[in-house]
Amino acid sequence: MNGWKRSRRGGRLRLVTTLDAQEAAVLRGLVDEVRRMLGARSDEQPRDELEALTGLQTGPSTRPDDPVLARLLPDFATDDTDLSGALRSLHEPELIATKDAAAAIVLDTLPGDGGRVELTAEQADAWLAALNDVRLALGTALDVSEEMPDELPPDDPRAGHLGVYHWLTYVQDGLVQSRMALR
Amino acid sequence: MTASPPPVPVVDPVIDPSLVEDVTGDVPWQAIVWNDPVNLMSYVTYVLQKLFGYPEPKATALMLDVHHKGKAAVSSGDKEKVEGDVAKLHAAGLWATMQKA
Repeated sequence: MNGWKRSRRGGRLRLVTTLDAQEAAVLRGLVDEVRRMLGARSDEQPRDELEALTGLQTGPSTRPDDPVLARLLPDFATDDTDLSGALRSLHEPELIATKDAAAAIVLDTLPGDGGRVELTAEQADAWLAALNDVRLALGTALDVSEEMPDELPPDDPRAGHLGVYHWLTYVQDGLVQSRMALR
Repeated sequence: MTASPPPVPVVDPVIDPSLVEDVTGDVPWQAIVWNDPVNLMSYVTYVLQKLFGYPEPKATALMLDVHHKGKAAVSSGDKEKVEGDVAKLHAAGLWATMQKA
């Protein structure tokens, strides 16, 4: 991975990069894991006959206990539990579906053994959202803070994972810059 | 001293809950974005441009407010509109909430 470039083929702009096999495997694994966590949250919610008939799905009204899920699925209000619960129930299924769709686009456009990634503007937006979800998940799990040094002491168990987090930051930031320049 | 007026019979006001609900609905709401250590400054700026159609200087100024002051109101309007805005911000991964302005 050496940054994102713009490529014009037949008048159509694409954002292009190359990932080696290891980079592709790491990204695929993390995107899969976030997707699995969100899917498990979704599966916890019992489906009833009304939903089956109407196709309208309601979600849980309480915030996930898991801090990573709680960060991916935030409350709607800080000081109004009733409002937060009602809006979570209304919006959470769609939020999970949107995140799942973005993850699916990353997995579809990422070559299995690494290689060239070529994205349309819409696919780039899905990548940005999915990369952000993975960074939110990893950043929350590693308790990343703004004051955190770029490298942790080698005896810190988070040291290796922080390297992956910084790499994801580099991939996402490069994609944002290229995506902004597309318009 | 002003003389007290003769006592007026007090009638308990009858409040129709649906009307109260309507009145609250007229109070403008705001979508608030909160600072967090993960979201990139570049990404937050891009999301504000993309979701709300803000020109880059305005999106950048709001992003800097979030970064330096800890939060910023990024949109306002009636409850339903702001609810939709917060849902979109959540889909983009920003830490957003809504409150009465």
